[in-house]
Amino acid sequence: MESYFPVLVFLVVALAIGVLPMVFGWILGSRRPDPEKYSPYECGFEPFEDARIKFDVRYYLIAILFILFDLEIALLFPWGVTFNEMIAAGANAWYAFTTVLIFLAVLVLGYAVEWKNGALDWE
Amino acid sequence: MKLLYTVVPFAPLVGAIVAGLWGNRLGRTATHRITILGVLIAFLASVAIFFDVHNGNTFNGPLYTWGTSDGLTFEVGFLIDSLTVTMMLVVTFVSLMVHIYTIGYMADDPGYCRFFSYISLFTFSMLMLVMSNNFLQLFFGWEAVGLVSYLLIGFWYTRPTAIYANLKAFLVNRVGDFGFLLGIGLIAAYAGTLDYAETFAQAEKLATMNEAVTGWPLITAICIALFIGAMGKSAQVPLHVWLPDSMEGPTPISALIHAATMVTAGIFMVARMSPLFELSDTALSFVLVIGATTAFFMGILGIVQSDIKRVVAYSTLSQLGYMTVALGASAYSVAIFHLMTHAFFKALLFLSAGSVIIAMHHDQDMRNMGGLWKYLPVTWLTALIGALALIGTPFTSGFYSKDSILIAVAHAQIPGATYAYFCVMAGVFVTAFYTFRMIFLVFHGKERFGQAHAHHDHAAHGSDDHHHGLAPGEKPHESPKVVTVPLVLLAIPSLLIGAFTIDAMLFGGWFANVIFVDEARHGSIAALREEFHGALAMGLHGLTSLPFFIALAGVALAAFFYLVRPDLPDRIAARVRWLYTILVNHYYFDRFNEIVFAGGARRLGRWLWQIGDRTVIDGAMVNGSAQIVGEVAEAGAALQSGRLYHYAFSMILGIAVLLLFLYLV
Amino acid sequence: MALELPNFALLAPQIVIALAALVLMTAGAFARERWRQWNYVVAQLAVIVATLLTVFTSGDPRVQTTFGGIFLVDWITLVVQLFIYLSVFAALIYGRFYLIERGLERAEYYALVLLSLLGMQILTVANHLLLFYLGLELMSLALYALVAFDRNHALRAEAGMKYFVLGALASGLILYGLSLIYGATATLSLPEISSVAALRPGDERVFGFGLAFLVAGIAFKFGAVPFHMWVADVYHGAPTPVTLLLASAPKLAAFALAFRLLVFGFFEYAHYWQPMLMVVAVASIVLGNLAAIAQKNLKRMLAYSGISHVGFILLGLAVGVVEGNHQLALNAYSATLFYAIVYAVMSLASFGLILLMARSGFEAEWLDDVKGLNQKSPWFAAMLLITMFSLAGVPFFVGFFAKLAVLQAVVAAGYLWVAVLAVVMSLIGAFYYLRVVKLAYFDEPTERQPLIASSETRVLLSGNALALALFGLMPQGLMSLAAYAMIASL
Repeated sequence: MESYFPVLVFLVVALAIGVLPMVFGWILGSRRPDPEKYSPYECGFEPFEDARIKFDVRYYLIAILFILFDLEIALLFPWGVTFNEMIAAGANAWYAFTTVLIFLAVLVLGYAVEWKNGALDWE
Repeated sequence: MKLLYTVVPFAPLVGAIVAGLWGNRLGRTATHRITILGVLIAFLASVAIFFDVHNGNTFNGPLYTWGTSDGLTFEVGFLIDSLTVTMMLVVTFVSLMVHIYTIGYMADDPGYCRFFSYISLFTFSMLMLVMSNNFLQLFFGWEAVGLVSYLLIGFWYTRPTAIYANLKAFLVNRVGDFGFLLGIGLIAAYAGTLDYAETFAQAEKLATMNEAVTGWPLITAICIALFIGAMGKSAQVPLHVWLPDSMEGPTPISALIHAATMVTAGIFMVARMSPLFELSDTALSFVLVIGATTAFFMGILGIVQSDIKRVVAYSTLSQLGYMTVALGASAYSVAIFHLMTHAFFKALLFLSAGSVIIAMHHDQDMRNMGGLWKYLPVTWLTALIGALALIGTPFTSGFYSKDSILIAVAHAQIPGATYAYFCVMAGVFVTAFYTFRMIFLVFHGKERFGQAHAHHDHAAHGSDDHHHGLAPGEKPHESPKVVTVPLVLLAIPSLLIGAFTIDAMLFGGWFANVIFVDEARHGSIAALREEFHGALAMGLHGLTSLPFFIALAGVALAAFFYLVRPDLPDRIAARVRWLYTILVNHYYFDRFNEIVFAGGARRLGRWLWQIGDRTVIDGAMVNGSAQIVGEVAEAGAALQSGRLYHYAFSMILGIAVLLLFLYLV
Repeated sequence: MALELPNFALLAPQIVIALAALVLMTAGAFARERWRQWNYVVAQLAVIVATLLTVFTSGDPRVQTTFGGIFLVDWITLVVQLFIYLSVFAALIYGRFYLIERGLERAEYYALVLLSLLGMQILTVANHLLLFYLGLELMSLALYALVAFDRNHALRAEAGMKYFVLGALASGLILYGLSLIYGATATLSLPEISSVAALRPGDERVFGFGLAFLVAGIAFKFGAVPFHMWVADVYHGAPTPVTLLLASAPKLAAFALAFRLLVFGFFEYAHYWQPMLMVVAVASIVLGNLAAIAQKNLKRMLAYSGISHVGFILLGLAVGVVEGNHQLALNAYSATLFYAIVYAVMSLASFGLILLMARSGFEAEWLDDVKGLNQKSPWFAAMLLITMFSLAGVPFFVGFFAKLAVLQAVVAAGYLWVAVLAVVMSLIGAFYYLRVVKLAYFDEPTERQPLIASSETRVLLSGNALALALFGLMPQGLMSLAAYAMIASL
């Protein structure tokens, strides 16, 4: 059980970081409620109306691009976790480092193409 | 060497393709240069191969394997030995002569390039046939030469008679091919191979077997089936009916295909199959009797013909009969020997007949000729040489081969030999008679050309623009050089080749290990060898022997009838009207075929068409099944709704079906 | 275990294609207009260089691995890759003119083609389930985008959407199958899976479940019944150059995928997948041939014809499993490889002919558009005849030998009734191929515009069709190549 102690600490700290700002906000903030402020926040859309409306395809574009980059960045984690193990297992450190650089380079290239093609321009 | 072998058939093929596809664009001169070059290359390569084979280098092997199925290998391969190379030389040489001759003969024909393409294609097919080392390729060549023959008989396709003739040739050959294919099928079934050498290695084993369904001795069944193929191709009674009609084709073709090469394919094939034929006396007897009948009775028909080409055509039938008789007497090498000499002198006779026809402006009726020797000296002389060789005058090439056949038949022991001997002896007389009848009618006697000949029997060979005839008062002229040079070049071997090659071909072991003769049982060739004391001695002896006198009598009778008393033949014909009628109608073979086979086939066909085809197949099976298939297809297409969720649903169903298998296994 | 540097040389063809795809993608965004003509050159050069590298890096020794064994290069890789390159090379040539005329010839097109090619390459070298999935997705995603490349065209967009949604479903099925298999065997490496001695009974059931999903996914990628519904709509809807690509190279890649997974990986569990494949194959042959008859659109007709051909490929894979008879299995697999290659080449020729006849504003995709081709161009009518005869399996064209080889394997494995059914269906199928020939030769043309294809298309198409005739005369060489690939790899 002792080895799980850091986890407990982690959980407590995370909880504190989540809860404390809300508590301080509640204590320190001024409150002048109106209906808009009570509605749940939904990306600028009207909640609770007909779902079959036309809305801008650019939302999707941005969302898809976000997901793509998000997922790809997530691949850095296994690399980071196993980096030391790779070195320990006898892999060349430069090799281990270069692989991820190549990966990032491809990613940057994609980003540049995307930018140049105007996928990130809202107007 | 393999490359050289390949060049021989394919050089003419290249020529044929070039001439056929681009001939009209290249122009006439380029076309005939290319095709002649192709055949010339083939000829020179054949000569080179001849010397190579002479030095003992034979070859038997595949060139390219097409496929293997169930142990049977289908391949293109060459078997190069003395027999092959002899045939190659004959084919390429005669073909070369005919190519050159054609330049003059077809000079003003609109189908010039097409013609050259066809004859080169023929040369290719014939070479593939003779060079083959397996039955499949043999059959390919066999059919290919038949196809080209069909195309060339109908070369002037606007003439109804030509179309009739080529259809006839095609159909009659199908009958023969049916037997041939049956023979090949039996070999494939029982020997399990299509290769010659492998088949021959099993010949003894095959001889002890019986055909499973009928119980007939297998080897006899095979040999007779194969020989039926030969009967079709080499025009033996009763499958000979197409050959006289094939004269509808241009004359160079009659020389190349219907005299010198293609029609001898059957003879060649039987000689090639000698290891099989030797094992069946029944088959040999069959061959002998058929050959003898053809030799004699077809010769007789030559007497009553008035069309110069038909005389030569019947003479070809008769000579093919002689070769077949030699085969039946187990004297295969003699048959090949006669095949070779005959190729030269018969091609010569045909080409000189063609030369006469050119001079007569495409009138082929001998009754309109006479006294031509003055006007066509070269043609006359060469035709005379050909005629002398044909009737077997001592020292000419025809003498050596024909006399050898006569001796061989005299010594044959198998059933039917006596009948055959009578037929071939009588045939000598008939041959001499009709040959010189033709020479006298055409070149000697009164000049009958240039007259208004309104009344002549034109129905027999069709009357249209190709049968002009000379205008009144016009004189015939000797043909151009491209026509006469091949005549002279063919006249030389017609005279000499027999004397020079008889020793080597028949007795010198040229065909040793190639043609197989069981001398213990079939002694003809051995007897022949015993009597032979050199070509000169044979020639001298020939001057005092019976056949020479018989032939002399024939010539004398012809001279009497057609030079001394030209009125006699008609009076005799009038006296024995019935016989004349039978002969003029070719023993009614055509009528019989027309009524029984053609009529019967048409009736059977109509019946099958009405009952089998229209009712059962069209009505129930074709339209019925087509309707069902069509309906199912529409239903299948209806499944394709275009809706995504239907598609996805079908995938889910598919998964369910696949999962079902987990519980089934 | 000391980690060593992987053998990058072995993957050189893949690296070249990947780099070229990146270059083209960048060029599409940054390059000036006047450099546009070089896109095509770069793409073709990349294919050619990859071909050369493949020839030089693979084949000797017969089986090579790298990256700790997750990549495997053997003779099947070599042969399949070579024909994939050939297909892509031809597809680029055939399609170029069409794309230029419609303003679609952009760098992104070539980049996407090369990315799909990269996916196919990975499928031929993968030896690990994750890598298979990666290759499959790479190939498929690029193809989805290609189908919808002409995105302002409603039909194209619809086809792309359908393909994408159904493809995503199929990917899901495959992924689910792979995860079940991982659950049962605790490994993703193919050699390790094939060497797992025996599964516990429960695990085996899980494994079977996974296999069923996997077979469904493979059948989808092949376009086999009942996972075929996308084929007709997508073939019809996609721009013809994309259809051409879709009908040729991915089939070879799918063969590699199916062969590696089922035969290399899961041979021990053949009793599960064999009947599944068999059902899918027979259903494809039957439905493909029947439904093709009702089509009036040439591309749809060829789509259904493709379904029936795919049935033959799957049939060949299914009958390779013969109890203990190594030789029969080899025959079946080499016949299947031969069939896949022949089918790819026939597809190239048939869609190439459509592209040949097409021009600006005229797709030449209806059966009526073939009418009277003989009067416009006797030469290409003859090429059409060769192609259709070969597709129909008329003897002495190469399609005949492909069918024959597979059917021999089917009979040898004892499934006589399947062979009979396949032959009957092929006969029925011959109808719609011959109908095309009949239209080209015996009907009057509906319009009299001359053919305006580029000379390289004409030359390549003639060579392509003549190759079908030539290989029909000499099938032995290609057959031996397929057989050798199998012997060297198994």
